[in-house]
Amino acid sequence: MSSSSPLEAPAAPASPPAPARRRARPGRQRLGRFLLKRIAAGLLLCVGITLVSFLLTQLVPGDPVTANLGQQASADPAAVAAFRHQYGLDRPVPVQYLVYLGNVLHGDFGMSQQSHRPVSTDLAEYIPATMELALFAIVVSIVIGVPLGILAAVYRDRWVDQVLRVVSLAGVSMPTFWIALLAFYLLFFKLGVLPGGGRLDPTETPPTHTTGFYTVDALLHGQWSLLGSALLHLVLPGLVLATYTVGMLLRFTRASVLEILGLDYVRAARAKGLPERVVVLRHVLRPALISIITVAGVAFGSLLSGTVLVESIFSWPGLGQYAYNSAKNLDLPAIMGVSVVVAVVYIVINLLVDVLYGVIDPRIRLS
Amino acid sequence: MAPLLEVRGLRVALPTRRGPQLAVDDVSFDVDAGEIVGLAGESGSGKTMTAMTLLGLLPPGARTSGSAHFAGTELVGLRRRAFRDVRGRRIAMVSQDPATALHPILTIGTQLTEHMRHHLGLSAAAARARAVELLADVRIPDPEQALRSYPGQFSGGMRQRIAIAVALAAEPQLLLADEPTTALDVTVQAGILRLLDRLRREKELAVVVITHDLGVLSAVASRVHVLYGGRLAESGPAATLLTRPRHPYTRGLLDALPHPEAAAAPLRPIPGAPPSLGAVPPGCPFHPRCAFAQPSCRVDPRPEAVPVDPGHRLACPPDPLRGRPAEPVAAVRTS
Repeated sequence: MSSSSPLEAPAAPASPPAPARRRARPGRQRLGRFLLKRIAAGLLLCVGITLVSFLLTQLVPGDPVTANLGQQASADPAAVAAFRHQYGLDRPVPVQYLVYLGNVLHGDFGMSQQSHRPVSTDLAEYIPATMELALFAIVVSIVIGVPLGILAAVYRDRWVDQVLRVVSLAGVSMPTFWIALLAFYLLFFKLGVLPGGGRLDPTETPPTHTTGFYTVDALLHGQWSLLGSALLHLVLPGLVLATYTVGMLLRFTRASVLEILGLDYVRAARAKGLPERVVVLRHVLRPALISIITVAGVAFGSLLSGTVLVESIFSWPGLGQYAYNSAKNLDLPAIMGVSVVVAVVYIVINLLVDVLYGVIDPRIRLS
Repeated sequence: MAPLLEVRGLRVALPTRRGPQLAVDDVSFDVDAGEIVGLAGESGSGKTMTAMTLLGLLPPGARTSGSAHFAGTELVGLRRRAFRDVRGRRIAMVSQDPATALHPILTIGTQLTEHMRHHLGLSAAAARARAVELLADVRIPDPEQALRSYPGQFSGGMRQRIAIAVALAAEPQLLLADEPTTALDVTVQAGILRLLDRLRREKELAVVVITHDLGVLSAVASRVHVLYGGRLAESGPAATLLTRPRHPYTRGLLDALPHPEAAAAPLRPIPGAPPSLGAVPPGCPFHPRCAFAQPSCRVDPRPEAVPVDPGHRLACPPDPLRGRPAEPVAAVRTS
């Protein structure tokens, strides 16, 4: 982000081509091995998560039979037996798990008892909606929170810092439902500048399906008015989701930039007579990014769980609403499907954070 | 010929909770081109603050007075923007610990060339070529490879050589070396001192070595200024000062050094601790720790450094060490 030195570009004219490439390889190999190790660990973790989520559903009080068949039918032993047989509930638990695991590996999460569709179909519909919202919110949080955090650190204890302290405090301490209602009332109901809910207006049809991300699909197929509408619909729920993470990122960025501003190598950079902008962006921000990225990863996780509330307020047809409805109806295949998806997302985020560490910090990459 | 750097009556007051306190109090010294000058003293003696003044890197709220005339530029009161053209370009710094002074996650190449390009306006290729030369000059093997490496991949001594190359990249006239060898092994120290001495000879570079270790200065400095409590205690030619010190504090610093010829002799530390900022006692700042202190030392005015011999100034009116026989001094040998 901060490096503008052409020396680091692989095609720097002054770098002698042959020996440079030969020497660069061990580093790259090490990075590859580091990645492979992380991915293998991630896969193992995924299997573990299917086991945990499976066992948890076994421990949940409540019987899927009564939840799904209703009072009358569950009084009829034949109907109950048929139901248990249809969903494999009459087989031993370890067998149930192995069958489940095998199916999951084939992308089959079973049938949702609620929607009577394959869980995978449901997930394919709801995941992109939630991911689009969460990604929008995290990008907004980073774009706003990190620069403001740097500003607060650089102007420590001056009025800029004081104002930003209030902003971040407000961001992390205001309850999401309250911000959501306030924003909804103000921006939609009073001012009418933003749409109040849904991914598109009711009159619009979704763009041609490719990724399930409406903005990306509209962009890919040149459906410009849909792109505008999808973006506009993202703003209100996205900003509401982002308020907490903006405050969080602002505070962490300020703290980690301040910590680095006091280090010897920053004084050394200043002693070189570099402009303050270069000192901050290259010498301070780069090392600060390591802790910022960690926090951003955690923030993204909190966004995913924060969507449950925001999705229901802004009628966003996403994973949060789906998870909520599944839990309410004890729709075990759906609950397990959601658990596995959320776990995989967490693992992928952690993997990404680890890889970014390696990219930013050669000490991690080379050790 | 006018000296390259002429510091006269320099005072630096730092903001504290009890108001501004003098960290540097009436310090004067000269540095010529091609000369190594030592500023010696314990921590809190004002030596590092003197250097920070010359770089314009004092903490916010610090006030300076007096004068520091450097090759036609008055550094005291110089505006921030103008200071950026002095810093790194005309006056450079090497700091104490190369492990923390070099940026751990930027390549040596970036750290060597960024200010070079900024100050000298070189292209990337030209800066890189010069960086290779600089690294070769400070005896870094395989400079091409070193440019792509990170500081963590080098030993302490190598890192300090690289830090010196970084400091020299924009061709400064004056190098401020703050405890350049403190974090290094004795054998590595000698190599760094030899390097500084060679650069002084070959490039007409002026070097101010800031240290608490007079042994380091005996090896390379031509003149030494001993600071205590922000004031000049004694200053003079290194040869005189380090063999026939006249100030009890200088004597104390020398006695605290291990002695190469008398390895078994116990080190004699100076009793007590140097005064902290704002707590400098009246009269001679050193009197509470001085074995020769007299009633007159305990009251203001503070003793001024006055000439006692040609080029030798002393701020100790009782002068108890005058005429004492010369004693060999512990030294870091560079050969």
